[in-house]
Amino acid sequence: MSNTIKKISIPIISVLLGVIVGTIIMFATGYNPGDAYTALWNGAFGEIYFTGEVVRQITPLILAGLAVAFAFRTGLFNIGVEGQLIVGWLAAVWVGIAFDLPKIIHLPLAVLAAAAAGALWAFVPGFLKARFRVHEVIVSIMMNYIALHVSNYLIRNVLTDKADRTETIPPSASLRSEFLASITDYSRLHWGILIAVGCAILMWVILEKTVKGYELKAVGFNQKASQYAGMNVNRNIILSMVISGAFAGLAGAMEGLGTFEYVSNKGGFTGVGFDGIAVALLGANGPLGIVLAACLFGFLKVGALNMPLEAGVPNEMVDIIIALIVFFVASSYMIRLFLDRLSKNKSKKGEK
Amino acid sequence: MEYVIEMLNIRKEFPGIVANNNITLQVKKGEIHALLGENGAGKSTLMNVLFGLYQPEKGEIRARGEVVNISNPNIANDLGIGMVHQHFMLIDTFTVTENIILGKETVSKGKIDLKRAEKEVREISERYGLAVDPKAKVADISVGMQQRVEILKTLYRGAEILIFDEPTAVLTPQEITELIGIFRKLIQEGKSIILITHKLKEIMEVCDRVTVIRKGEGIGTYNVKDTNPNELANLMVGREVSFKTEKKAPNPKETVLNITDLTVKDSRGVHVVNSLNLDVKAGEIVGIAGVDGNGQSELIEAITGLMKKNSGSITLNGKEISVLTPRKITESGIGHIPQDRHKHGLVLDFSIGQNMALQTYYKRPFSNYGFLNQTEIEKKASELIEEFDVRTPSIHTPARALSGGNQQKAIIGREVDRDPDLLIAAQPTRGLDVGAIEFIHKRLIEQRDKGKAVLLISFELEEILNVSDRIAVIFDGEIIATVDPKTTTEQELGLLMAGSNAKKVGVENNV
Repeated sequence: MSNTIKKISIPIISVLLGVIVGTIIMFATGYNPGDAYTALWNGAFGEIYFTGEVVRQITPLILAGLAVAFAFRTGLFNIGVEGQLIVGWLAAVWVGIAFDLPKIIHLPLAVLAAAAAGALWAFVPGFLKARFRVHEVIVSIMMNYIALHVSNYLIRNVLTDKADRTETIPPSASLRSEFLASITDYSRLHWGILIAVGCAILMWVILEKTVKGYELKAVGFNQKASQYAGMNVNRNIILSMVISGAFAGLAGAMEGLGTFEYVSNKGGFTGVGFDGIAVALLGANGPLGIVLAACLFGFLKVGALNMPLEAGVPNEMVDIIIALIVFFVASSYMIRLFLDRLSKNKSKKGEK
Repeated sequence: MEYVIEMLNIRKEFPGIVANNNITLQVKKGEIHALLGENGAGKSTLMNVLFGLYQPEKGEIRARGEVVNISNPNIANDLGIGMVHQHFMLIDTFTVTENIILGKETVSKGKIDLKRAEKEVREISERYGLAVDPKAKVADISVGMQQRVEILKTLYRGAEILIFDEPTAVLTPQEITELIGIFRKLIQEGKSIILITHKLKEIMEVCDRVTVIRKGEGIGTYNVKDTNPNELANLMVGREVSFKTEKKAPNPKETVLNITDLTVKDSRGVHVVNSLNLDVKAGEIVGIAGVDGNGQSELIEAITGLMKKNSGSITLNGKEISVLTPRKITESGIGHIPQDRHKHGLVLDFSIGQNMALQTYYKRPFSNYGFLNQTEIEKKASELIEEFDVRTPSIHTPARALSGGNQQKAIIGREVDRDPDLLIAAQPTRGLDVGAIEFIHKRLIEQRDKGKAVLLISFELEEILNVSDRIAVIFDGEIIATVDPKTTTEQELGLLMAGSNAKKVGVENNV
């Protein structure tokens, strides 16, 4: 079995195993899995409105997945995507409501503000890692909480007068489109999906085609050899975090300028940033894999909302299935071992 | 009965090689017995047999006259054999006492009785004059002290025979003097010591008898009183004539590399390179001979900018380079074949083709306006793979999948191709087979014949003698002598490498 096939089969087998174990759990708890999966499917593709919502859900998941994967490809674990997403969301909406500009300037400005805010938020752990060898995981987790509470404070005290949410952004800063809404029965689908797919391509170009990408990957694989080759290891660590943070910030812009068109006080994390870790993992940190993994998770998350209505199965069941998929991908060693056995047996038979 | 431990006619084989053949080691009670041999002579294998980690194919082991079967390290422990490893096995965040009692805790009512353990540790420490604070954290004490904790650990477990594996390799000169004092104290208290080393000076200074092994063969046991460093060096190396690599007479021209009064400190603040002076001229190969850990790595890292110097100057073609970044140094005309090809030389997860561009990827024609030019990179890589006979299924194969020899040829190809004025080759043939070694030596000489300067660092005397046009001996971070490979002998080099005082004998001072 070739390596490429093995690489692709691990996530696919993981998804299947997740579904199988999920089915067993439903049997064990007295739900009908057939009904549940039908409801899940109908909840995502039964009506064009739902499908629009699936795509809308996929958009920030792609960007959050790219953020995690970009850092990971360069040897860093950015667990702060959630915080970077929150500041990106805030910055996008802030620019959206603070200015009155023509759309051609206003929208890009708001999107860029989100990327810049996310990048700035990720710069902090990157800088501390490069300068003082402080572990980026610790710092970025802390930065998540700072992002959450600072953005809540700003929304209540600066952007509004003790309100729970800001006003809606003007159309000039919105990603929504009458056209996309009309073809999906007025779902919240917006143009952000193009940005997300564009970013996936951008990540591929950066990592595979550019001099910087070569350096970033080299530093991720082997810092000593990178130093030997005259690369500036510290600068590359910071740059990697900044690019990762920019992707995360854009994920926030998708919510702020597309899905919601405002920013509200949050009682807790959105979860999208953390889902990005699962997306990156399932997508094997590659741009195409991430887009596919985000599609799967978007489908599961939106479709699940229909499960209690149509089949009486709690939608948390889907969270369990997602957790199982992540578990199987993370323990892919077992699957790889199984595949190795399989191909060994096959080659033995071939010899006979 | 006078021997505490005897290893008689030990033979140990591994698939394809005989690591130990017919080696006899007999240690008397109360003596310091040296085990002398070059790197890879089979010293560690022999000690692992004694420690129960390997089972010998032939031969027997006797403890106090009785034949014993040491099938695992616990039996070795019970027989009173203790080992002080070269790389300490200590937990940094534990105290001295906690480290010592680990695995042999004194327990009362389910709790560790630290008080009692501390008292015991203090008693042993005082008895042997070790002066170790039982309550100190291991992370806070010096390397010399950590070694004493290792000694205490074996004594706490009731060791009667202590094996020291290259104990002075990590110590400062003062710490070595103190360690020798500890050896004497241990002997007074009736312990026996086996000292694994390749430093002749230490043997002459502290040992009673010495057993020499060479290429896995037991050569013999000698009274230190009746022998001398020259004889020992001869026995250890065992060759009168060595195979010479064919080469023309050198034609040295202007100085390419000049190092003046270079001092480098390591992270512990120890001077690892000490007011070092060295010249390398165009058209010559200068070999640095020395025992591992005498400042060779730091010297190379200082020249290539990977490590900061403390003082002194390094010039390349008359231009000061010690203030430049590694990239600027590389660009001013240095090629570097690093000592550790996996750590420094290659990005193992990159393809072999990508690795070939590691020093040039950012330059035209390999990249344009920040974008890599894959076609050019692959073209160049294919050329180099062809020219330097790198055997790889394709240029897209990960560097990790190649054999050591092919990885090394790839690095050499990459470095030589840039046509550097100075080529630094650190341990270029380590772990390679004869064919690859010959190829690499030929390439180094070729560079020299093209009028380039070559600096060769190696722990293999044979390599140094065969390839170099001039040999500089490094000891304790200093170049203590420069000799002519045509007139010097391995004995003389061995003596110099061991820091022998006879350093001015037969030495040309025309540096």
